[in-house]
Amino acid sequence: MVSPILELTNINKSFGHVQANKNINLKINKGTIHGIIGENGAGKSTLMSIVFGLYQANSGSIKINGKEINLRSPRDSIVNGIGMVHQHFMLVENFTVLENIILGFEGETVFGEKLATAKKDLEKLCKTYNFNIDLDATIADLSVGFRQRVEILKSLYRGAEILILDEPTGVLTPQEVDELFKILRSLKDEGKTIVLITHKLIEIMDLTSEVSVMRQGEMVGHTKTKDTNKEQLAEMMVGRSVLLRVDKKEIKKGEVIFKVNNLSVKDDLDVARVKNINLEIRSGEILGIAGVTGNGQTELLEALSGIRKVESGNIQLFGEKISDQDNFLNPRMLKEKGLAHVPEDRQRMGLISDFKAHENLIFGYHDQEPFSKSAVLNSQEIKEYSSKIMQEYDVRPNSPNLITSNFSGGNQQKIILSRELNENPKVLLVGQPTRGVDIGAIEFIHQRLIDMRDRGAAILLASVELDEILSLSDRIIVMFDGKIVGEKENKNVTDRELGLLMAGVA
Amino acid sequence: MEFLSDIASLINSTLRISTPLVFAAMAGIFAERSGVIDFSLEGKMLMAAFVAAVGSYYLGNPWLGLLLAIIVCVCLSMLHGFASVTHKGDQVVSCVAINILIIGLTTALAAAWFGQAGLTPTLNEEQRFLEINLPFADSVRDIPIIGTLYSDILSGHYVFVYLAYLSVPIVFWIVFKTSFGLRLRAVGENPSAVDTAGINVFAMRYKALAVNGVVIAFAGAHLSTAVNANFFREMSAGRGYLALAAMIFGKWHPKTALIACLLFGFTDALQIRLQGVELPAIGEIPVQLIQAIPYILTVVLLAGFVGKAIAPNAIGQPYIKER
Repeated sequence: MVSPILELTNINKSFGHVQANKNINLKINKGTIHGIIGENGAGKSTLMSIVFGLYQANSGSIKINGKEINLRSPRDSIVNGIGMVHQHFMLVENFTVLENIILGFEGETVFGEKLATAKKDLEKLCKTYNFNIDLDATIADLSVGFRQRVEILKSLYRGAEILILDEPTGVLTPQEVDELFKILRSLKDEGKTIVLITHKLIEIMDLTSEVSVMRQGEMVGHTKTKDTNKEQLAEMMVGRSVLLRVDKKEIKKGEVIFKVNNLSVKDDLDVARVKNINLEIRSGEILGIAGVTGNGQTELLEALSGIRKVESGNIQLFGEKISDQDNFLNPRMLKEKGLAHVPEDRQRMGLISDFKAHENLIFGYHDQEPFSKSAVLNSQEIKEYSSKIMQEYDVRPNSPNLITSNFSGGNQQKIILSRELNENPKVLLVGQPTRGVDIGAIEFIHQRLIDMRDRGAAILLASVELDEILSLSDRIIVMFDGKIVGEKENKNVTDRELGLLMAGVA
Repeated sequence: MEFLSDIASLINSTLRISTPLVFAAMAGIFAERSGVIDFSLEGKMLMAAFVAAVGSYYLGNPWLGLLLAIIVCVCLSMLHGFASVTHKGDQVVSCVAINILIIGLTTALAAAWFGQAGLTPTLNEEQRFLEINLPFADSVRDIPIIGTLYSDILSGHYVFVYLAYLSVPIVFWIVFKTSFGLRLRAVGENPSAVDTAGINVFAMRYKALAVNGVVIAFAGAHLSTAVNANFFREMSAGRGYLALAAMIFGKWHPKTALIACLLFGFTDALQIRLQGVELPAIGEIPVQLIQAIPYILTVVLLAGFVGKAIAPNAIGQPYIKER
């Protein structure tokens, strides 16, 4: 019988009126990889932030190796052997690897002897785990995968026995995920305990031996991984049965309605981000763009949707040139021509978070009948419309007067979708449609996109989630360093193949 | 030889004029590297000048005046911290409030205590800092070059001048060679990284502000108890802002900030020198135009040369831990 290394009893935590954790009980056994799965906003990160001492629980107790401890700050947790790799890395970008790792644990007032010892110790650790990290490299120059290793190394150096990883694979290519899992398994073999927070079922099945499921702030179940399956876990997460595969009819391809010729685009710092790209989309087709974040997808979508200047090349809609380096149509004119855009960053570009839901629902159409008449908004009409469309798109709660930022990510996304899809666009540009969206809403959003396709729309879908690209697209292109490095019909394509292209190696 | 002595006196005044700028820029580096904007260098310098003058006048010792100025400036920094670190207020607004408060406060207190709005009594020799003549300054003066360098440029300054230039390598050492400096820079770049390393972000910013208060007090005391023998209204005359500009121009780095301070000091020394001088073909340049040189230079440098001054990443953002 293994004894639990970490034991949580009746943990409660609220932020204002929102109770993020309700009476959580959890036992984690030494030397295991324990998965905690749940939808976004289920309270997983909050719970682990409590264990890491970043947040303080309102009530409940935490025991490590059977001894009750009081965690007032991350220092207390670190001293007790808990390390955490956060979803957003906690690294100072213009510091070196070494500086980041010793931060807070310098061991001396003036750098000298201890710094040299630390460097030696770290080199040894790197060798043990095959990390291959240059300690003097600046973080800003490292790839995401390496930054994550720095985070792991940081925790190990500080003496972590329990390592918590919060959504560690979200930003990695499949190959980097393999590397990470290899590292985690070897850590487990060393006797370390790993806690993996994720919303991806496949990772749980791949890596963990035990799994706990959270839903809406509560712990809804614990089980051994070998005694469960994906469908069962998904049902526990969402509270009802979920369709994990998207039902998609055979493609009915029409004519080419959207075409991009030799397009190049620069970013705000004048760096070329999109390099000579050609693509075309047919009616009734979903073209997926796969790629690691930051390889030009953002700038491409912005240029196509009329909010970023085209450097060279042109964009055609129904054979008519809509943008080149001299002229471009603004988003409004594009909308009138039947092009809709669901932006990647919904907080920044898709919504005005401080506005009420009904205001966001009609934004862009607010000056048209029936929403306004001779420059005066018709609030009666707007509210009725809002209520109706929220019903149709299953936006919960159905309260048009609620401030938009109070809706969950998934429901915010549905607000945008309802606005953009309602006019039946001929071309739809979609960026990261399900980022930060819960499984239930993902299913809904995917179904809507498929419906649009079946009605003959041409859809361009950019996503860093390979599963999403693979399950929705009819054809897939891969972007790397601003260029298209591969194009495949979505038939028997594996995520491995795409991963190699995404990493720029194939 | 007259040309040489002109140059020597120009360098001499550059060093003197740059002194408060150097202190203020170093003070600014501490605050801003920790992620807290410090526009209130101006106000703190003015307050330090006032407190140092009043303190020396009553206590009869300029060092005690300086000590009082340090205490008051640290308190003002803590006030700024209370508003903008603890209560997460807007840092610029907090600074502006401090600056306005101090212009009024110094004027009013001087009126209440000494019967003259914004003016403190003249300090006698006991109550102020005097110029320090380095040993053998008189005897080596006649040696060419070295004599001028030693006797006319290096010797004969107030203690603050020496302290100011000494402070630059010290600040450099603290910021880049100590664990305090590492944490200071980290908290201004990514406070979450500092928090998760088990260091209290708020305490770190308060410490930085305390150091900031100590250093800025020297600038004020230099103005009212060394180069002048009393405090007068608004005697800081925008030096705090100028130092802030120098610090930004120097990219929050002590060495480059020093160069920027010296550049501003030099143009100021030059404008004093140029006043009343007849230039061939142009004639006498209006004094207002000459006086504007340092400020014009600031605008030009900031607009043109700094370009992408990369500020500490988290500057101006209060640290919010929980959502």
